[in-house]
Amino acid sequence: MKSFTYERPSSPAEAAAAVARTPNAKFIAGGTNLLDLMKLQIETPTHLVDVNGLNLDKVEATPEGGLRIGALVRNTDLAADARVRKDYGVLSRALLAGASGQLRNKATTAGNLLQRTRCPYFYDTAQPCNKRQPGSGCSALDGVSRSLAVIGSSEACIATHPGDMAVAMRVLNATVETVDAKGAERKIAIADFHRLPGDRPEVDTTLKPDELITAVTLPKPVAGTHIYRKVRDRASYAYALVSVAAILGKDGGGHVAFGGVAHKPWRVEAAEADLPRGAKVVTDKVFAGAKPTEDNAYKLKLAERTLAAALNQARA
Amino acid sequence: MKFDTPAGQNPIDQLKVVGKPTDRIDGKYKTTGTAPYAYERHDVAANQAYGYVLGAGIAKGRVRRIDTAAAKRAPGVLAIVTTLEHPRMERGMMNAAYLFGGDEVQHYHQAIAVVVAETFEQARAAAFLVKVDYAPTAGKFDLAAEAKGAKPVPGDSGEGSGGNGEERVGDFEGAFAQAPVRFDETYSTADESHAMMEPHATIAAWEGDKVTLWTSNQMIAWGHSSLAKILGVPKENVRLDSPYVGGGFGGKLFVRADAVMAALGAKAAGRPVKVALTRPLVMNNTTHRPATIQRVRIGATKDGTITAIAHESTSGNLPDGDPETAVSQTKLLYAGANRLTAMKLAHLDLPEGNAMRAPGEAPGLMVLEVAMDEMAEKLGIDPVEFRIRNDTQVDPQDPQRPFSHRDLVGCLKLGAEKFGWAKRNAKPGQVRDGQWLVGHGMAAAFRNNMVMKSGARVRLAADGTVTVETDMTDIGTGSYTIIAQTAAEMMGVPLDKVVVRLGDSSFPVSSGSGGQFGGNSSTAGVYAACVKLREAVAQRLGINSADAVFADGQVRAGNRAVPLGQAASGGEVSAEDTIEFGDISKKQQQSTFGAHFVEVGVDAYTGETRVRRMLAVCAAGRILNPKSARSQVIGGMTMGTGAALMEELAVDTKRGFFANHDLAGYEVPVHADIPHQEVIFLDEVDPMSSPMKAKGVGELGICGVGAAVANAVYNATGIRVRDYPITLDKLLDRMPEAA
Repeated sequence: MKSFTYERPSSPAEAAAAVARTPNAKFIAGGTNLLDLMKLQIETPTHLVDVNGLNLDKVEATPEGGLRIGALVRNTDLAADARVRKDYGVLSRALLAGASGQLRNKATTAGNLLQRTRCPYFYDTAQPCNKRQPGSGCSALDGVSRSLAVIGSSEACIATHPGDMAVAMRVLNATVETVDAKGAERKIAIADFHRLPGDRPEVDTTLKPDELITAVTLPKPVAGTHIYRKVRDRASYAYALVSVAAILGKDGGGHVAFGGVAHKPWRVEAAEADLPRGAKVVTDKVFAGAKPTEDNAYKLKLAERTLAAALNQARA
Repeated sequence: MKFDTPAGQNPIDQLKVVGKPTDRIDGKYKTTGTAPYAYERHDVAANQAYGYVLGAGIAKGRVRRIDTAAAKRAPGVLAIVTTLEHPRMERGMMNAAYLFGGDEVQHYHQAIAVVVAETFEQARAAAFLVKVDYAPTAGKFDLAAEAKGAKPVPGDSGEGSGGNGEERVGDFEGAFAQAPVRFDETYSTADESHAMMEPHATIAAWEGDKVTLWTSNQMIAWGHSSLAKILGVPKENVRLDSPYVGGGFGGKLFVRADAVMAALGAKAAGRPVKVALTRPLVMNNTTHRPATIQRVRIGATKDGTITAIAHESTSGNLPDGDPETAVSQTKLLYAGANRLTAMKLAHLDLPEGNAMRAPGEAPGLMVLEVAMDEMAEKLGIDPVEFRIRNDTQVDPQDPQRPFSHRDLVGCLKLGAEKFGWAKRNAKPGQVRDGQWLVGHGMAAAFRNNMVMKSGARVRLAADGTVTVETDMTDIGTGSYTIIAQTAAEMMGVPLDKVVVRLGDSSFPVSSGSGGQFGGNSSTAGVYAACVKLREAVAQRLGINSADAVFADGQVRAGNRAVPLGQAASGGEVSAEDTIEFGDISKKQQQSTFGAHFVEVGVDAYTGETRVRRMLAVCAAGRILNPKSARSQVIGGMTMGTGAALMEELAVDTKRGFFANHDLAGYEVPVHADIPHQEVIFLDEVDPMSSPMKAKGVGELGICGVGAAVANAVYNATGIRVRDYPITLDKLLDRMPEAA
């Protein structure tokens, strides 16, 4: 870990301004991902702006009938929130499927959205990785790729977004609220928040460098069975091979997003009308144009079968 | 004490203390954080600095240049030792890879420098500033590709199981060709990491030309002589101390880079230096269980009598490394007149393959016991019955040589009864419980019982306290407790009057911990020392030692009863002895046996496998402490479940290293993966093994359990996966429609 300086600003705009004026600065909230990456010198900020004290830790009802989740609400608290459990079950389930109790106690809503990939080559600083070191190459393309992306990837990067929460937020049509150094506020649809790697895989999201997430808002609840089905090699504490976040009616109709398959939560709204016709017709559309590696081609079949499981659950 | 005839009646047979499910006596220290592990020995040497080991970033080639200028200027840096400043160092016992020195890189993450600084963070940060210029060369990293050129080689795991490159009995090929029912399949097992909780760690301090290493090592005497050789100092100038070991599983049998780099760093810095390997270095710098490709052929008559059996295994290793001895058990487990076993070794430039819990038998049984399941199905015979039908009471390669005691059949029968095997549906893919396809599988467990020379010193103080000193280690197994139980039984005192001190190279040389030989051998050494102490006590008290009874803290003879401590009233009474085993273990085959029964659920949609129920029945001689023995067996069952379902060091066959080199990428079973486990020990003794009449149990639990899981997955799904680990991607294509 390189030495760094540290400050605790008193407002979100001040925090954004602090990051804007200090070269190589980063926000820190729970630190559950950033500190690990700093120890490995994958992230090397020289200044940390601690946003924990910014009073962004409330879950509030919105006038539109939805919820506004403060950026600093801890994963444990959000998963346990009575309104979330009642009206946004897919979100609560996704959160509880992620990490471990200790990590969820510390991890925040905004930080969870910003967690970085678990690609093994991103973590090994002796190996080429375009996401870690732009232009160095992608080792995963012809390396160990069983856990990596099957769609939306590029020649430069086949990393996945590793999270669960964002997949649920994607199916819920969440909106990310931000403030920048000038105090300007912005709303970013979750669909537009995470990027595809393209030729700039080092950039995970559409946030500007000095832009601070202040909240995530959920629209009013969507009726149906809320399902988060995470498929993994062991029963706990593992990243998703594939996950399905779905809100489904008895006829199978509804909405679905997939995790563990791309650089962002993967949702193709145009395919959702086919949900009552079964999983295969939907996943054929959702994964049209997929470019899996030999090691991860199984994810296409797995996505179809996991969606089938969700449909079966909704119909039961 | 020489042990060369079967044990007769002795004080251990009283079973007042031995054989009881005693809580571990070091438990209170472990649970209160007062059992310090190597890296936490803050009090042993003042002014400790921190060393950070830099691993090579290439798999094979040469280090051309190492630029340490920036690192040396970094805050807090005290010293940097690089591999180019140092001639290649001698290797210690059983090291295949060189640990340090010279410009040649043999494998990824080979230690090429240690940076010493005032704090750990400073050492790590400075290590990132070391610039290394490599000249990489092409290497061989793909076992499947290299297997064709592999040659038969003899090999030994260093823990006893081993043999010649090829061993034959009768005419395998002829008998197999003529067998009415034939089976021939090939399987593969994965590279696995020991993944012990405590990484390799050492604090080293020099005083003049003498060095002390507070380390984490299973085999103190081996480590002691190895470090003297590697560091080029006389043995009497080296001391090792390893009282607590946070898991080893074979990964700490031999000296590794942590000890060498701590010693070199301490010398360079002129201060005590502590070094722990990072998790990536545990996986790529140290050793692992090598992957194997195994072929099994079985020929049998229609009634299920095996007439021909062959087991061939191919593994890879660095040039001076050994093969994985995966065919060992096949020489002894089942009858059959015509036999062939062979071990082949391919040259690979991956990190060193070496012993991991039940080397040989663990991956060997993962294959043999699936083959037996497949053959049983082919024959239309229940797999339990098929095994019983082919039981042998003699060494099939040398029928004049009986087993000392073998009750595999007892394990199979009791296990089948307790598990409810008769209710199992033999036809695969038939049982459904909601989303789960439910299956049942079983396998035999087998692991040889090895005996090792083992010494101890026992001291009696005037207050009646008995202190045992031996360089035996407790790697989480319960050595402290069973040694205390042994001394308490022998000296007739309660457990709380016994003090056990372990892991110091200044203590008498013991068996150490490995190959499941430690429990029986080290307690037998303590037994021998106690026999001597009893004689010395009797002599001091003027009692004929043959008449002396040691019980209730007293020595009694006739009408006389004296407090034990009285013998030491004029000064401590001390005795030291070593148990040495004659050829008794050669005349008769000593092995341990068991049967595993497993129920799994396989998600009908996703192919995820979760274990639902596990039972092991074990026959391993006298069980010295049923509680710690059970812990050993359930730990083995858990580890074997990992090998069957998830553990795999993923080889990057292009760049030559294990890519998933942390515990987020290398998954081992967690609590949610393991259901209630049941263990039953058969009530038996084996007087051929030692005066303790005990045998090893630390590795028996992992032997065969992976095959039982695999057989259960087959029973659940009808899909036979012959490539471990059985992850869902290998099932999905063949899974039936779920809905």
